[in-house]
Amino acid sequence: MFVQQLINGLTVGGVYALIALGYTMVYGILELINFAHGEIYMLGAYLGIIFLGFFTAIGLTSYSLPLALILTFVLSIIFCSSYGFTIEKIAYKPLRNAPRLSPLISAIGVSIFLQNYVMLTQGATDKVFPHLFEEAGFEASSIRVTYIQLFIIAISAFLMLFLHLFITKTRMGKAMRAVAQDKVMASLVGINIDTVISVTFAIGSGLAAVAGLMVAIYYGLVNYSIGYIAGIKAFTAAVLGGIGSIPGAMFGGIFLGLVESLSAAYISSEYKDAYAFIILIIILLIKPSGLFGKSHDEKV
Amino acid sequence: MTGHRTQNTDKKSPGSGFRALSSISRPVIIALWLALLFLPFKGIKAASILFAVLSTFIFLLRFLLDYIKPLKEKLHDARAHLTKRLRITSFQTEGASLIIRYLLLLFIISVPFFARDYFIDIAILAGIYIILAQGLNVVVGFAGLLNLGFVAFYAIGAYAYALLNTKLGLGFWTSLPLSVGLVTLSGFILAVPALRLRGDYLAIVTLGFGEIVRLVLNNWDSVTKGPNGIGGIEPPYLFGISLNGLSHYYYFILVFVALSVFIVRRVYVSRIGRAWVAIREDEIASSSIGINTTAYKLYAFAFGAFWAGVAGVLFAAKMRFVSPESFTFMESVLILCMVILGGLGSIPGVILGAIILVMLPEMLREIQLYRMLALGSGLVLLMIFRPQGLFRSSPLTRAVLRGGKGVSFRS
Repeated sequence: MFVQQLINGLTVGGVYALIALGYTMVYGILELINFAHGEIYMLGAYLGIIFLGFFTAIGLTSYSLPLALILTFVLSIIFCSSYGFTIEKIAYKPLRNAPRLSPLISAIGVSIFLQNYVMLTQGATDKVFPHLFEEAGFEASSIRVTYIQLFIIAISAFLMLFLHLFITKTRMGKAMRAVAQDKVMASLVGINIDTVISVTFAIGSGLAAVAGLMVAIYYGLVNYSIGYIAGIKAFTAAVLGGIGSIPGAMFGGIFLGLVESLSAAYISSEYKDAYAFIILIIILLIKPSGLFGKSHDEKV
Repeated sequence: MTGHRTQNTDKKSPGSGFRALSSISRPVIIALWLALLFLPFKGIKAASILFAVLSTFIFLLRFLLDYIKPLKEKLHDARAHLTKRLRITSFQTEGASLIIRYLLLLFIISVPFFARDYFIDIAILAGIYIILAQGLNVVVGFAGLLNLGFVAFYAIGAYAYALLNTKLGLGFWTSLPLSVGLVTLSGFILAVPALRLRGDYLAIVTLGFGEIVRLVLNNWDSVTKGPNGIGGIEPPYLFGISLNGLSHYYYFILVFVALSVFIVRRVYVSRIGRAWVAIREDEIASSSIGINTTAYKLYAFAFGAFWAGVAGVLFAAKMRFVSPESFTFMESVLILCMVILGGLGSIPGVILGAIILVMLPEMLREIQLYRMLALGSGLVLLMIFRPQGLFRSSPLTRAVLRGGKGVSFRS
């Protein structure tokens, strides 16, 4: 029972971590709660359904399922990255020097727009994700691990590693860290801030797309409103780990997933969604800068 | 604010040679890009129509903007000139605005005599939202604390009255102080830990609080009856008369709205209000001149919650039914939109914002499906083109900041 919940928690936690990374990267650079990020995740799930439906219609899925899946992932990532990029250009960039509240409201506006756009074009009811795999998996003394769960955990781990290497080893990653530290100084040493911000949004959205697709495969159902609650939880995960900190977001996501599935199993599943917030409040009261965050005094 | 705006536009406008070329190619590229983004959701046909529409639209928009720009500058000069002249004869405009005010008052009072029931119903709803928006305006507009879970207080107020009335059989006038007291207390309870946090953290904790309250209402079946809600709530009694008629209730709400506006205004111009504005503008500076920032932020939170509680009780008494569905995050966003649309920190602005956002969806019933799309994109456009809302901050703020920089929201 316990191990089973651990594995379930790890699966969900990996997904939360992927979304949380997008929040934390954007917050690290712009100090903006990107409320529309949850919607990108939702769009990723819907794009998965749309593209897979298209591939099934042209017969690619029956020809080669892995190829169709890979193409779906790639297309979803490309589209979601473009959405993230475009949203930043339209809704956040004009507000870069505005008071703090303005971009936040703008983000809420984008979120409402995307949610309702998807509801209008795709319908308000749950959409079923095409059933592709057998519910196969390992089974050992009442513990069941499906291949989908393994797939999700592996992909999450791989992407986190990839992102970590990108941030620490590449030139662009270095530029991102520099911009996060000090925008003005970074621009003085010749870093193009706009490019860095665009890349950040594109990467974050790409990760959210993967998360959305994997959740769609895992649960088999997609709804236009999934972005809101997942977004809030992922943000909680990001805050938990210390917002702006990338390892913090990874840890926070997995921790949140574990706590959620364990407490749903042992305490009460009705309040599953509330645990995230209760943990958030407790953590912020004990350590307001999050587990991995650096606390810094406000400058005059 | 304005300083930044002009700088940005200056930076954006490219050289004239480049401009001639880009004025044609850029709209096409932008439209193509956007149309491609919509492609998976709309299909090829719709996307190409979108492309055609968008490219003409953007092209026209750019053309218009180029054309309007010099015109706008002229208009601005003329307006400055005019206000300079008007200042000399300001008593005339004051007289005119007095007449307008009386006419407005007359209109508000006479609404039940000529309006249809449907309209009165909406007006009552608008009244409840005005009280809510006043409360949120205290927290966000005056004190500069972003509260994204404001609806929680509204919900607690509504459910407190519903439970006191249906379970204990208490009447409206006994329940009102009890419920509002409870809400104010819960405001304090949330604020004490939450106010240690800065800006966005505060926003997210209040959001979490709102969600927790909603989840409790939704799941605590034995008390709140879960998603089914509580029905059979009594309307208020006044001098032995049950206020269940629409026009009765309209006046009833009107009194509460007037009270809320009056009290909030009095508090705003008092020492407490000035302390709030000081904290909003610069927390460190205000604590260094001896303002107890934590205490005043606490007052703001509790005072805002107080009005949410009043609105909640009124809402429960009006609807005679409460369910968790009325208290979602979207509701918090809607109230926040009212405050921002009207103008943060401006009392008349917030009233107008609430009225507009209640009336607009009713007027747009025919295109109901698209109204949330309009709300979303409207928010973005509002932030880009008029972040200060319909009304600029009220005179007190301007007097406080005379000679200083524009009103900013820093948290």
